Amino acid sequence: MRAPRMVKRPLGALAVVAAMAVVASCRGGGGEKPGAAPRTILQNKGSDTMVNVAQVWAEKYREVDPSVEIEVSGGGSGVGIAALIRGTVELVNSSRDMKPEEIEQAKKNTGKTPKGFVVGFDALAVYVNKGNPLSEIALEQLAEIYKEGGTLTRWSQLGVKIPGVQDDTIVLVSRQSSSGTYEFFREHVLGKQDFRLGSRDLNGSKEVVELVGSTPTAIGYSGMGYATPAIKMLALASKPGAAAVAPSAAAVKDKSYPLARSLHIYTLGDPEGPAKRYIDWILSPAGQQIVQESGYVPLSAAPAAD
Amino acid sequence: MTHAHGKETLKRARASRPAWAIVGEKLLETAIRVSGMSAIVFVLAIFIFVFREAAPVLFSERFDLGQFLFDTAWYPTSANNVRYGTLALTVGSIAVTALAMLFAVPFGLGGAIYISEFCGPRWREILKVVIELLSAIPSVVWGFIGLTVMSKLIVQLTNAPVGVNVLNGGIILALMSVPIVVSIGEDALKAVPDSYREAGLAMGATRWQLICRVLLPAARNGLLAAVLLGVGRAVGETMAVLMATGHAVTIPHGLLDSVRTLTANIAAELGEAPAGSEHYRVLFLTGLLLFCISFAVNISADLAIRGLRRK
Repeated sequence: MRAPRMVKRPLGALAVVAAMAVVASCRGGGGEKPGAAPRTILQNKGSDTMVNVAQVWAEKYREVDPSVEIEVSGGGSGVGIAALIRGTVELVNSSRDMKPEEIEQAKKNTGKTPKGFVVGFDALAVYVNKGNPLSEIALEQLAEIYKEGGTLTRWSQLGVKIPGVQDDTIVLVSRQSSSGTYEFFREHVLGKQDFRLGSRDLNGSKEVVELVGSTPTAIGYSGMGYATPAIKMLALASKPGAAAVAPSAAAVKDKSYPLARSLHIYTLGDPEGPAKRYIDWILSPAGQQIVQESGYVPLSAAPAAD
Repeated sequence: MTHAHGKETLKRARASRPAWAIVGEKLLETAIRVSGMSAIVFVLAIFIFVFREAAPVLFSERFDLGQFLFDTAWYPTSANNVRYGTLALTVGSIAVTALAMLFAVPFGLGGAIYISEFCGPRWREILKVVIELLSAIPSVVWGFIGLTVMSKLIVQLTNAPVGVNVLNGGIILALMSVPIVVSIGEDALKAVPDSYREAGLAMGATRWQLICRVLLPAARNGLLAAVLLGVGRAVGETMAVLMATGHAVTIPHGLLDSVRTLTANIAAELGEAPAGSEHYRVLFLTGLLLFCISFAVNISADLAIRGLRRK
């Protein structure tokens, strides 16, 4: 009976020491600046399109106000909005507008009305592999490729011959249904009709770009901030025969690009304290500079938000 | 009455032992019984919880069970025509699992036989440690290997358009289940008494005959359990298949088609489905379906063992 106890004791002591170390290190972190206010942690969740820019915001904001820590996670606009409805998150990034029924649910659940801020603009870009000779496409053709019962399933139907490929079936790359980009695409390209089943529904914009970059017959879509050298962004024509417009800050600015959209941050009720200061900073020139550096379009460059 | 009487006799019979020893033994016995029963309680509790979350949609007017089970159209967030058909997901799960077992059962049982019957003691220790290490690799890491290494290999070797597909998921799941099949299969073979081996060799059987005709039949139940646990691991695996299979709702026509499994679908969509919504409840119903599938696998294996025994 005695032996196990003797074994246990040093272990117990070790655990206590470890716990103390953890406590001490936490204190140390908080006490870096004497007299600093206790650390506030803000949860920032949602759009995968915005996760890169949100991370840079959070990092840079640490220099502006060290007492506030912003924890950024992705998952898709739908995931962030679901968390907002549950009331478990302070700031939600969304690449689409909140739907009226979602606003209702949030009101019912938390008693507060969600408030949205437009923090930048983006062009939803349509990508093909770099080796694909196609350079522009009309929205109608895009819908025929992506929608349920659409007629375009092979590149040859578009008059495109992809070098070095025998089977020219179009490999559809899409996003999971939690994605705001997915919903925006469905609304503005498919006219609210459903996607064709069998597309690879990936978790993030980065995965979409990677898969399209490594698959000669693939087509995919995501925010234009994710472009890489392995893929090509298509110019879009709103009607067949109309002039196609390539996604760019200028084309988003003058609204000539058909798939321009706003990027939002939502809060529950009017933001207060640290959350309000954070959003104000994002809307300031410093925050907007980061929007531009991340490949999106800052507010000042675009016409007034609607 | 009889109970009190029983206690009396117990007291008399063990009068020589101190009272605390008797109480302690009773307590220990109860504790062991409770922990044994807890398995049943947990399984029932999980089933009831999942069922409770799914029940409102199962019994609602708008819900069509036939469509849920036998339709391939999975459109949970459609703007104008919401459909909850899980056939493609079920077929995806079964296809990936079956392929995984096709690889994992021969390799796993072969490995178990080698370690248990042919291996020298030194190699046995090395192999066991390495196989345990293999089973300790987290599933996200497997998924990552599938997404990056395997998918490129598959594209190079098979000329498939996309490397994340049934083949990729099957191989990854096989690699994940082999360690389980090996270690439990090896235990089952070890449990066969040495007298069987000695008797077989004494009768002039070769090693091959000994394994085929004596050891495998004798260890049948344990080996089946090993395979079943492997199947369980493969069916229930989420993260790795989510990353390696391509996540496309479609009935595969070949090994190189992308699929989506029931588990991956739940993992991908539960986060966005608002708690209590129809989509959320249907996802729980999908969980119930998964539960039923593994229950059916277990029951049929159990019946198979009984059938074999009767022969």
